[in-house]
Amino acid sequence: MKQTACIFFTVLIFMTAVSSIEAQITVSQDGEHSSIAEAVSMAMPGDTITVTEGIYREHDIRIKKPLTLVGEGRPVIDGGDNGYIILITADSVTVSGFEIINTGRSYIRDYAAIMIEKASDFVIEDNRLDNVFFGIYLAETNRGVVRNNHVESYDRREASSGNGIHLWNVKNPVIENNRVTGMRDGIYLEFAENARIMGNISNDNNRYGLHYMFSNGGVYYENTFRRNGAGVAVMYSENVDMKNNRFENNWGATSYGLLLKDIRNSTIEGNRFYRNTTAIYSESSSNILIRRNDVELNGWAVNIKSSSARNRFEENNFIENSFDVRTDSPRNNNHFEGNYWSAYEGYDLDRDGIGDVPYRPVSLFSIIIDRQPESLILMRSMFIRLLDTAERIAPVLTPKTLFDEKPKMTRIQ
Amino acid sequence: MKNLTHIIKNEWRTLLRGKWVAGYALIFLVLTDSLLRFGGGGAETLLSLSNVMLLFVPLVSMIYGILYIYQSREFVELLLIQPVNRSVLYWGLFLGISTPLMAAFMLGAALPLGWHGILMLDGASSFLVLALGGVLTLIFASLGFVLGLMFYEDRIKGFGFTIVIWLFLAILYDGLVLMLVFAFGQYPLERFVIAVSMLNPIDLARILVMLEFDISALMGYTGAVFSRFFGSATGSLTAAGMLGIWLAVPMWWGLRVFKRKDF
Repeated sequence: MKQTACIFFTVLIFMTAVSSIEAQITVSQDGEHSSIAEAVSMAMPGDTITVTEGIYREHDIRIKKPLTLVGEGRPVIDGGDNGYIILITADSVTVSGFEIINTGRSYIRDYAAIMIEKASDFVIEDNRLDNVFFGIYLAETNRGVVRNNHVESYDRREASSGNGIHLWNVKNPVIENNRVTGMRDGIYLEFAENARIMGNISNDNNRYGLHYMFSNGGVYYENTFRRNGAGVAVMYSENVDMKNNRFENNWGATSYGLLLKDIRNSTIEGNRFYRNTTAIYSESSSNILIRRNDVELNGWAVNIKSSSARNRFEENNFIENSFDVRTDSPRNNNHFEGNYWSAYEGYDLDRDGIGDVPYRPVSLFSIIIDRQPESLILMRSMFIRLLDTAERIAPVLTPKTLFDEKPKMTRIQ
Repeated sequence: MKNLTHIIKNEWRTLLRGKWVAGYALIFLVLTDSLLRFGGGGAETLLSLSNVMLLFVPLVSMIYGILYIYQSREFVELLLIQPVNRSVLYWGLFLGISTPLMAAFMLGAALPLGWHGILMLDGASSFLVLALGGVLTLIFASLGFVLGLMFYEDRIKGFGFTIVIWLFLAILYDGLVLMLVFAFGQYPLERFVIAVSMLNPIDLARILVMLEFDISALMGYTGAVFSRFFGSATGSLTAAGMLGIWLAVPMWWGLRVFKRKDF
């Protein structure tokens, strides 16, 4: 018994000694370890590797055990245009404080600055990724946080640029406060379950600021999407919660503030749509609540296809959009109620804040434009205004059942 | 030069005594202020203001121009007896009445925009709407002058033409354009439609307003000519240039009629 205890204690002392020696490895350009890959391969699981200031020309750094990589004074890892830079295939890995530049580019492989595959509980934090093909790539991961990273690239062609933060087949990811610029899609999700995307800024990307597909139960709050080639697309998903985001200045014939396709049972609330060609475009989507959004100075506030049904637009502010609602059917399967429309010309005799005559948001001019696009040049002319007013009083060409029965008289705060 | 300033100053004094211009400024002041109070502010107000401006500034300016010629007939004829160059006299009279009118609109609209803070917030847009109002005032006041001089004896005809021209340019013209677009819908019409719109000063001003506020919708149009025209500075510059021509032609025409007229 005494002997067993003795062995036990010896082992324990030995173990603490080993871990206290190995727990901290420092990589520096003129120190004992000058290569990150080397330090990673000799480290024990659970170790912390601190990398000091300098330029490290390395790629294909494979992390196969739980490690913490910390950059001090923002060391630069230069991939020299070759392959992946950091590949993580173990659980509980942390990478923070690096500047990672120049990944390889390929039409066959998705070379990324940081690739995380089949791992869980990782933290990728406070890194700057510059001139990369893909930025941070998550494949078949679970949990894990991507926070405060900055991804930027300069290839303006859609076909030859990669995505900033790319999620494929992942569970419970948290994507927070990142900035992505100049990539193909800023943030890309495919088969992501319960994703939380919060406070990111995704501007000036070649295609979508956020590209969201086959991802049920996700939330995205307080993100900003500006000047992206095609805006934001949310497709083939259920139970998506979109709140307090900003969709701004997405211009072009195929550019949308928010494109919805095959979305069901979701909420769009408190967002701001400002100066997009089309603020909200909906195709084959149903049971969406669109509530308390500010939709201001867009070309078309809402473009809703007849394949969309049972969506509710409530208490939104539609302010000086060139056109309020566009649709391709004389029937209406959606519900508009209690919105503020700046183009509303009705009155409120009983002074309850609700207009006494319904507002018809599909104008005759928007139908004229659909038939004869050249007449666009007559926008805001007196003649068109007279036509629109006449049509609103007695609708002939516009959908008879598409109206807001309780339009608000003043802007909803 | 001395004669010119003298005439202008004299005109200003007469106008201010008449209080007519002050009333005009007051209308825009009250209008803009109430738009700001009861509307939403910002783009909403500026668009409403520009709608009113596009409709009424041309009418008021033109009527004011022709009315002046008819009312001050004796005064003009008296001045003509004096040893004053006719073109100096013309410019003196024209600038003397059009600049206060222009100032009345611009000040009347700018003051509420200023005290509600829109001038700071949407400086460029506010400036555009104010400047367009100013230019339209000059164009239509000079058109009024021309009409007044052409129908010097027949006042009813003069006023009639004024109303008809305003109705045509402000409303009917766009209806005709729309008709043409539908009649020749099979043909590529972009160039034609742009060219036709350039011939109407009210449409020019409207297009400039549209380029400022509706650019996001305009970018939704796929036609190449429109995209190039609206998508770059070309559109604004061409429209502004045409407006410049519209400014010069009626003034010059008025001068020509005034010089040759046997009063």
